[in-house]
Amino acid sequence: MQELITRAKELLADGTVSRVLGWKKGDLGWDPEPAYFDKAEELENFIYNPFCGANLSKYLIAAGKLEGTTLVFLKPCDTYSFNQLVKEHRVKKDKTYIIGVGCHGTLDPEKIRNTGVKGIADAVLEGDRVRLNTLYGDKEAAAAEVLLDRCLVCKGKTHVVCDELIGAEPGEEAGPGELAVNRFAQVEELENLPPEERFAFWQEQLSRCIRCNACRNVCPACSCLKCVFDSSQFDSNQKANADTFEEQMFHIIRAFHVAGRCTDCGECSRVCPESIPLHLLNRKFIKDIDTFYGEYQAGADTESKGPLTDFTFEDVEPGIIAERGGGR
Amino acid sequence: MQVENTEFRPKIVAFCCNWCSYAGADLAGSSRLAYPADVKIIRVPCSCRVNPMFILRAFQRGADGVILCGCHPGDCHYTTGNYYARRRMTLLFSMLDYLGVEKGRTRVEWVSAAEGVKFSTTMNEFVAKIHELGKNVRLEDLRCKN
Ligand code: SF4
Ligand code: SF4
Ligand code: FES
Repeated sequence: MQELITRAKELLADGTVSRVLGWKKGDLGWDPEPAYFDKAEELENFIYNPFCGANLSKYLIAAGKLEGTTLVFLKPCDTYSFNQLVKEHRVKKDKTYIIGVGCHGTLDPEKIRNTGVKGIADAVLEGDRVRLNTLYGDKEAAAAEVLLDRCLVCKGKTHVVCDELIGAEPGEEAGPGELAVNRFAQVEELENLPPEERFAFWQEQLSRCIRCNACRNVCPACSCLKCVFDSSQFDSNQKANADTFEEQMFHIIRAFHVAGRCTDCGECSRVCPESIPLHLLNRKFIKDIDTFYGEYQAGADTESKGPLTDFTFEDVEPGIIAERGGGR
Repeated sequence: MQVENTEFRPKIVAFCCNWCSYAGADLAGSSRLAYPADVKIIRVPCSCRVNPMFILRAFQRGADGVILCGCHPGDCHYTTGNYYARRRMTLLFSMLDYLGVEKGRTRVEWVSAAEGVKFSTTMNEFVAKIHELGKNVRLEDLRCKN
């Protein structure tokens, strides 16, 4: 962490960048916040630890409108979101200076609390163990049990874009997070249920939604200035209009809107206060795109066409959905 | 005495592109080919004008089935519109299926301006399918009743 601060100070001092975008200590140890640092002194509050799950790419849309270059710290998976934003002309690479930071997985405070640990102040990942510093002394936990779900299916530790790396090696192997879990396993499980059970599952999940819009607000792929969900003409813009359809409508449209653009960064599921597994909707689209149109990873590059802005003459007909058996 | 009509009359929405399918429907009409009056046609400039939300909205407002008709691939008036629509609808239908909505409630069919017969048989088939599935209860908004 000290290395990151020192380097940020250097870049601020020599004028390469006008501000730094990173994480600062939050009120609670397990809750750091994304923050801008305009002056070297402010960097005293900078922090980088396994609780810094927040993906900073989306902030660069706003930062790009400011004078000068912004220094940003991106974890490997965050760089995919950055690339996707470049592809969509939402951010400019030349107004950004990226330091790729090493990552061994980010932690889920909720999961830690569920193991009975309270008063979390800090954490260090060591191999497949997590050392937890708490108000009640030092504790330990197995990494696989307290990592965020998304880190269990990590895309790998390579930064697809950056100006320099600190604390990361190019081509580094995935850490303890990489448990070789198939990220589509849960999607497949659902697909194999009878339709009535799938319907019941989603009804149960989606009806917990409180329409806080956190999933939309955090998503780097959701960057429209005017969102359909904020329109007063839209029946689904507030929870007071509640009924079962409202949730389905919101969730299908949200997931569809990012289909082909979602990098599977997992931010939406991370921030949902109701722990709704939004990644299962996004991954369904990803899985279908992979099967019907060839494997595609959003954000892997800045040039290629997205699957929904492209086509081939031989594409399958929508009728295939009705023809095939099961939920596949 | 009040007579209650309990027969199920499905509400079917058919989005038809202006250049082929709407003309196909016209031809079906002027050739006196029958198709059920339960089908309500909404004319759109091109099949790719249909946002997935239109389809959801139709269900929300009480449709029991939604069908999208456009020019045959390769014949779109705007050259490639229906190729994009094809991908979008494949993904949308798959998602609806994943959420547990019955598969037969959505359909895409390519109907040219010369295919009045195809238009009428497609609609007859589709209405029969919806009859079989019955009322749409999994995707609708209760407020929009009556
Ligand atoms: S939908 Fe979720 S996983 Fe996908 S890009 Fe947005 S926040 Fe990330
Ligand atoms: S974050 Fe969760 S509760 Fe909030 S709108 Fe999204 S799904 Fe609903
Ligand atoms: S104009 Fe008919 S599908 Fe495009």
